[in-house]
Amino acid sequence: MLKFNDPISTDVLIVGGGIGGLCAAIASARAGASTLVAEKADTRRSGSGATGNDHFTCYYPKAHGENVDVILKELLNSLLGPWHDAKLSRRFLLESIHMVDRWHEWGINMKPFGDDYEFMGHAFPGRPRIFLKYDGHNQKQVLTRQAKKEGVKILNHHPVIDLVKADGEIAGALTLDVTGDVPSFTLIRAKKVILSTGTANRLYPAAGSPGWPFNTAFCPSCAGAAQAQAWRIGAKMVNMELPNRHAGPKFFARAGKSTWIGVYKYPDGKLLGPFVDKATRYVGDITCDVWNSAYTDVLLNGSGPAYIDCTKTGPEDLAFMKEGMISEGLTALVDYMERTGLDVSRHAVEFMQYEPHLIGRGLEIDIDGQTSVPGLYAAGDMVGNFRADIAGAAVYGWIAGGHAGTAASSCGFKDVEHSPWVEERAALYSSLFERDHGAAWKEANLALQQIMDSYAAAGPHRLRSATLLTAGLKYMADLRKNALSEIAVPDAHSLMRAIETLDLMDNGEIIMHAALERKETRGMHMRSDYTFTNPLLADKFLNVWQEDGRVCKQWRQRWN
Amino acid sequence: MPPIIDRNKCVGCGTCVDICNSNIFVFDRSVDTVPRVKFPDECWHCDSCVIDCPKGAVTLRIPLAYMLLHVDADTLKPREAK
Repeated sequence: MLKFNDPISTDVLIVGGGIGGLCAAIASARAGASTLVAEKADTRRSGSGATGNDHFTCYYPKAHGENVDVILKELLNSLLGPWHDAKLSRRFLLESIHMVDRWHEWGINMKPFGDDYEFMGHAFPGRPRIFLKYDGHNQKQVLTRQAKKEGVKILNHHPVIDLVKADGEIAGALTLDVTGDVPSFTLIRAKKVILSTGTANRLYPAAGSPGWPFNTAFCPSCAGAAQAQAWRIGAKMVNMELPNRHAGPKFFARAGKSTWIGVYKYPDGKLLGPFVDKATRYVGDITCDVWNSAYTDVLLNGSGPAYIDCTKTGPEDLAFMKEGMISEGLTALVDYMERTGLDVSRHAVEFMQYEPHLIGRGLEIDIDGQTSVPGLYAAGDMVGNFRADIAGAAVYGWIAGGHAGTAASSCGFKDVEHSPWVEERAALYSSLFERDHGAAWKEANLALQQIMDSYAAAGPHRLRSATLLTAGLKYMADLRKNALSEIAVPDAHSLMRAIETLDLMDNGEIIMHAALERKETRGMHMRSDYTFTNPLLADKFLNVWQEDGRVCKQWRQRWN
Repeated sequence: MPPIIDRNKCVGCGTCVDICNSNIFVFDRSVDTVPRVKFPDECWHCDSCVIDCPKGAVTLRIPLAYMLLHVDADTLKPREAK
């Protein structure tokens, strides 16, 4: 068995120091709770927001008027929609501008264009714009600095690998110390735990470059830890069966499509989308946000490729676009284009639809950010019944952190040190390190991607069915068995990756269980055996969770 | 493979090792004065090590498989007009 370090106690434990985790930590500390962030890498540069972002979804009454529902409608029609419990989205919108004020005060430039907030991009022509344009290049450093200033403790290079429950409530978590070559465990006792592990990537083969699992638009070290670990202790998931696919430049997978200012075209120069024939910094071509299956269509029907053409964008807007790319954290892309002579004032860049990943799919939370496990909260991209990306993570992190921090004062610690569950999980992970020879973790990750691609594929043009999904579940169980008996890892880093891969297997199984239950076609969840979109399910969400080793499924009404 | 550390510029401060988004560096000061890129194919190309290196010693090499596909924009016109 790998060594256990001395346990740590904290009122509130935050799992993952991304945008959501750091905002939750600051709110928790302000509520008077001792707060610890356990982070896989280093909070200054971890997660999908590592080097920046430039759009923050926000309701600003001064610009948008007094009716929040007008902005809610735009949110649900944007790339962030439509699978939200509107009750949560409304609370998010109403609190969003206060979070923007805080970020600006802390040192993230939310007003790069003058004295007031500006809304640009991700917008339909003639409709309200709900994305505040900002300069987030230093967002992670600023939030880390602010968290430390507020008394938050940060434990870098300590991924949480399992959650611990006692008496039906959250009691703490097991972390893996990956600071050195030899891994060890650190057990954390906590009164409340907030999950904030971001998107789940590496589930499907990279759409552009299948042999390169780290060529992903979002951070590839974010691998569905929250969904998997919460699933293992019985938390409810929601919307896991509804695939999401991002889009962007090909083959260098990168988010930030709305930072580009241009129009999408077929090779014959015709416009791909119906929205605009000229792009500006205020209204670009939103085709990529809301109809990105078009990039797959044009490949499969032979009418492609599809390109973004920025050559009709004025020189001032092109300079603005480059600045935006730096704010968004796309400096690697900018440098690469400069080095290779790719000039957007002359060249058109091909765009593509990326592989499915989980964003806005996962844990069900209530209005305060709490999951179905008492004391366990979730905020950010791994929440399944609300989605607003960076802004959603920040605002709901703040809400969950404040609630957890306040609630922690009225409860005590539970025993985690004598947990048979911890013993069992630690023994399992240790066995991978103690094995002298065997399979590399990457073999298991690629095998998982093959199974997901064959048996739980996402649209457009790829179908699911009861027979395929049932076979997929059988093969995933086989893979898990083989992986557990064969993976051998030589160091702490590889053990972390192996555990991520096991977490991804849980995510894959949750997706397939939920996809089996959704007996209809909706969005990119396309069933060959149920081709119809059932209006009776339009206002319903599907929960899946585990109870006594059994998978439970239940439909519920959306919360309006 | 990415990233590449210029040994003449690196002062061995270990910043890249600490901040890497994907934990791909290792640095054993008893073995070398410069960090080693131990897991190059796990690089996300986020650029953090390039941005944060105080000496400008790190560059990213983008793999061939990540080539950014592009054409001259003036070729985007009906076939007969090309």
